[in-house]
Amino acid sequence: MRTLRVAAAGLAALIAISVAGCGGGDGTTDTSSGTSSSASASATVTDSVTVFAAASLTESFKTIGKQFEAAHPGTTVTFNFAGSSALATQLNQGAPADVFASAAPKNMATVTDAGNGAGSPTTFVKNQLVIATAKGNPKKITNLADLTKPGLKVALCAEAVPCGAAAKTAREAAGVQLTPVTLEQDVKAALSKVKLGEVDAALVYRTDAEAASADVDAVEFPESAKAVNNYPIVVLKEAKNPAGAQAFVDYVLSADGSRVLTEAGFQAP
Amino acid sequence: MTRLDTGVAPPAATSRRPAHTARVPLPLLLPALLGLVFLILPVIGLLARVPWATLPQRLTSSEVLEALRLSVLTATLATLGCLVLGVPLAWMLSRVTFPGRRFVRALITVPLVLPPVVGGIALLLALGRRGLVGQWLDTNFGFTLPFTTAGVVVAESFVALPFLVISVEGALRGADARYEEAAATLGASRWTTFTHVTLPLVGPGIAAGAVLCWARALGEFGATITFAGNFPGITQTMPLAVYQTMESGDLEGAVVLSLILLVVSVTVLAALRDRWLTAP
Amino acid sequence: MTGEPDRAVTGEPDRAVTGHPDPAVPDRLLDAHLVVDRGTFRLDVELSIRPGETVALLGPNGAGKTTALRALAGLTQLSAGHLTLRGHDLDRPEKRIWTPAEKRSIGVVFQDYLLFPHLNARDNVAFGPRRHGVDRRAAHVIADRWLDRVGLADFTRRKPRQLSGGQAQRVALARALAVEPELLLLDEPLAALDARTRLETRAELHRHLTAHTGAALLVTHDPLDALVLADRLVIVEQGRVVQEGDAATITARPRTDYVAQLVGLNLYRGKGSGTAVVLVGGFTLTTAEPVQGNAFVAFRPSAVALFARRPDGSPRNTWPAILRDIQRHGDNLRVRLDGPITVAADITPAAAAHLDLVPGRELWAAVKATETRAYPDTAGRS
Repeated sequence: MRTLRVAAAGLAALIAISVAGCGGGDGTTDTSSGTSSSASASATVTDSVTVFAAASLTESFKTIGKQFEAAHPGTTVTFNFAGSSALATQLNQGAPADVFASAAPKNMATVTDAGNGAGSPTTFVKNQLVIATAKGNPKKITNLADLTKPGLKVALCAEAVPCGAAAKTAREAAGVQLTPVTLEQDVKAALSKVKLGEVDAALVYRTDAEAASADVDAVEFPESAKAVNNYPIVVLKEAKNPAGAQAFVDYVLSADGSRVLTEAGFQAP
Repeated sequence: MTRLDTGVAPPAATSRRPAHTARVPLPLLLPALLGLVFLILPVIGLLARVPWATLPQRLTSSEVLEALRLSVLTATLATLGCLVLGVPLAWMLSRVTFPGRRFVRALITVPLVLPPVVGGIALLLALGRRGLVGQWLDTNFGFTLPFTTAGVVVAESFVALPFLVISVEGALRGADARYEEAAATLGASRWTTFTHVTLPLVGPGIAAGAVLCWARALGEFGATITFAGNFPGITQTMPLAVYQTMESGDLEGAVVLSLILLVVSVTVLAALRDRWLTAP
Repeated sequence: MTGEPDRAVTGEPDRAVTGHPDPAVPDRLLDAHLVVDRGTFRLDVELSIRPGETVALLGPNGAGKTTALRALAGLTQLSAGHLTLRGHDLDRPEKRIWTPAEKRSIGVVFQDYLLFPHLNARDNVAFGPRRHGVDRRAAHVIADRWLDRVGLADFTRRKPRQLSGGQAQRVALARALAVEPELLLLDEPLAALDARTRLETRAELHRHLTAHTGAALLVTHDPLDALVLADRLVIVEQGRVVQEGDAATITARPRTDYVAQLVGLNLYRGKGSGTAVVLVGGFTLTTAEPVQGNAFVAFRPSAVALFARRPDGSPRNTWPAILRDIQRHGDNLRVRLDGPITVAADITPAAAAHLDLVPGRELWAAVKATETRAYPDTAGRS
């Protein structure tokens, strides 16, 4: 039947074109260095600002967001919290956002190396790992080595995620061989496993443990100082609201922003 | 025998068309093709990004093979579990009138409408280490399901069971219950009737349900990662491996894993020939 | 004959047996009073069958024949009454006695045969003996023997879909008989067959039924089946027995319009005083036999003579009639006439041509008193 044959031919052509044309990598490497676009007068500070931030920044950035909205009436700040590696991938695939705050320089580099950052990133806080245990620390964990006790269930972040990379550095520094039962995709997922009582301990950020202090105990350990995470923040090149983005970054770096972050347990950069 | 002269000319000859090609109405053809394109396009997108150069060494890496082995194993075990639990459940729903039957039937569809991650959380609350039943398991047997391969099987069974039950119940309803009456008059007990008459009659329906079940179990992600966790070799099935690879920025690695999963699934499903899946 | 159940095939006694064998009626194998209440429909029939006897349950659609059969098979429960086989109660609601189908010594031939599609002929027939504890090899021997008896020795490996209608019917019969049931139930066994096959199969079925030592109940709407296959007929209409007896009696003295139509007689009701019977509607028929009180009068269509003008002479029963329609009836024509009574008359084509019969034609009809049969209308048996 003619119509059927024509349609089939069209479909085949479509397939052929797609497979042939799309070989090779994605995205063009933009060699132009990003220029700060906050000087343009057309975009204003009002309207919405989209912020992609590491999961560990959830509570503090939400507070900062509310303060920012109060300081700039008419603005709305929308957040996307996830593992920094996931956010980096999404941004490189073209996800629309104005600001990116990562939990480690490595994930930030993924974004800036692809030419998606506007200007150079600024480190705004540091974070350290602690051991989160059930409330009351029933298994009496005092250091990293205790995590190797037989029968103890430990959750870690996957190595691609900043807290997982930091945990690896800390373990190597302590010379401890850990066998976790699960590798979570972001630090909040690891923390929730402790909260639910499914694991006995997890390596999370001090800030996360503090945010959940009603449900978990935080155990400090010396090796965490060897694996401190620097958190960089940057305005994105494709930002729809560059003025608002810059204003948000400025706020984070300001005294008001720093106060919120320090209260949450972050360290000054 | 003289021919009747009706006074009417014979109808004009129409163009000849091969007898076997049916005419497909355009209002049906266009949406059908569109639907086909809609399904195929993402697959084409996937195929277009396969790193053909590095494919061989990626394919044979141990992580990939581990995840594949785990996926196939857990999906198969989950399907077996669903058969053991689902077929009797489907039989009860279709053959026995009991109070609350409609409610139970609606309950079966819960895993279908629940987002898989929510399903995983629900499983944790029931079967986790501190869960309703889980803690009893833990105190008495020292055994917990999360972070074990068994946990993966449980998570996959939970989301795939409705497919099997609905499929088999449909087949049982379509089967003629009078054969079961005939068996009774010949002296067969209800159980013997079930095994010797009902099951053979709905065999194809059960097979079709099992295939659907297996496919769903193979592709499960949310409930698995939430309930069973993510650890290579123990709980990291292919979907989890794909996700982790993607999130760590290795898009091409993720594409390779997806391709493998696609090829394995299509091969298995295509191998189940039509003959086994249609009624006698 | 003792009261113990005969279990040639089963190895074990009937588990749900209660009640005592009734010594008063040792020759009744099946004794039943079937009452099934369906809300809008109520079945209430009494049935009894002797060993070796075949009873036909005859009636129009919706009369309750299938309900009765299902109750006997144990596929439907009685609302009241009882069902006793060889003195043992299978179903007695008032005493909460109930035996499910699989525990009854029955064999059923269903209207659609219901041969298991996934089993070949031999396995179908062996199914019953296997369920009664016979091992596989012995069951196959039994099956082969029965298939041979129904003339299908070469068809043992065929699947049901590879069998013709007549062959399937015979396999279904063999399957039912293989368990050597005390009560054989046949639901319209020949209905699904074409005319030619029906002829052959009917003869064969008659042979098997005669050989069967238990009781047999045949449900049918075809009077020819009943006449050929059964020893006794029970006519059921609207859930009740309206007439019962052997074929000869029923054909001679029908008691309902249905039966009359079945056997092809003109039937009328009236009040008799001697040889004059005043029919409902006022017309009087003169009969040869005297009868008093409520009575039936019946005569064959071939006894009706038609005339163009009023006949003079001996026939006492004459009346003016108007022709309603004509139909072929074998070699003759069956003519339906309206008038003081509605009548069916059989006449030869020659006579019809001579009379110039067209619908609406006015004629005179006559029936000799000696050709009529009159009998009292007492409810039940004749």
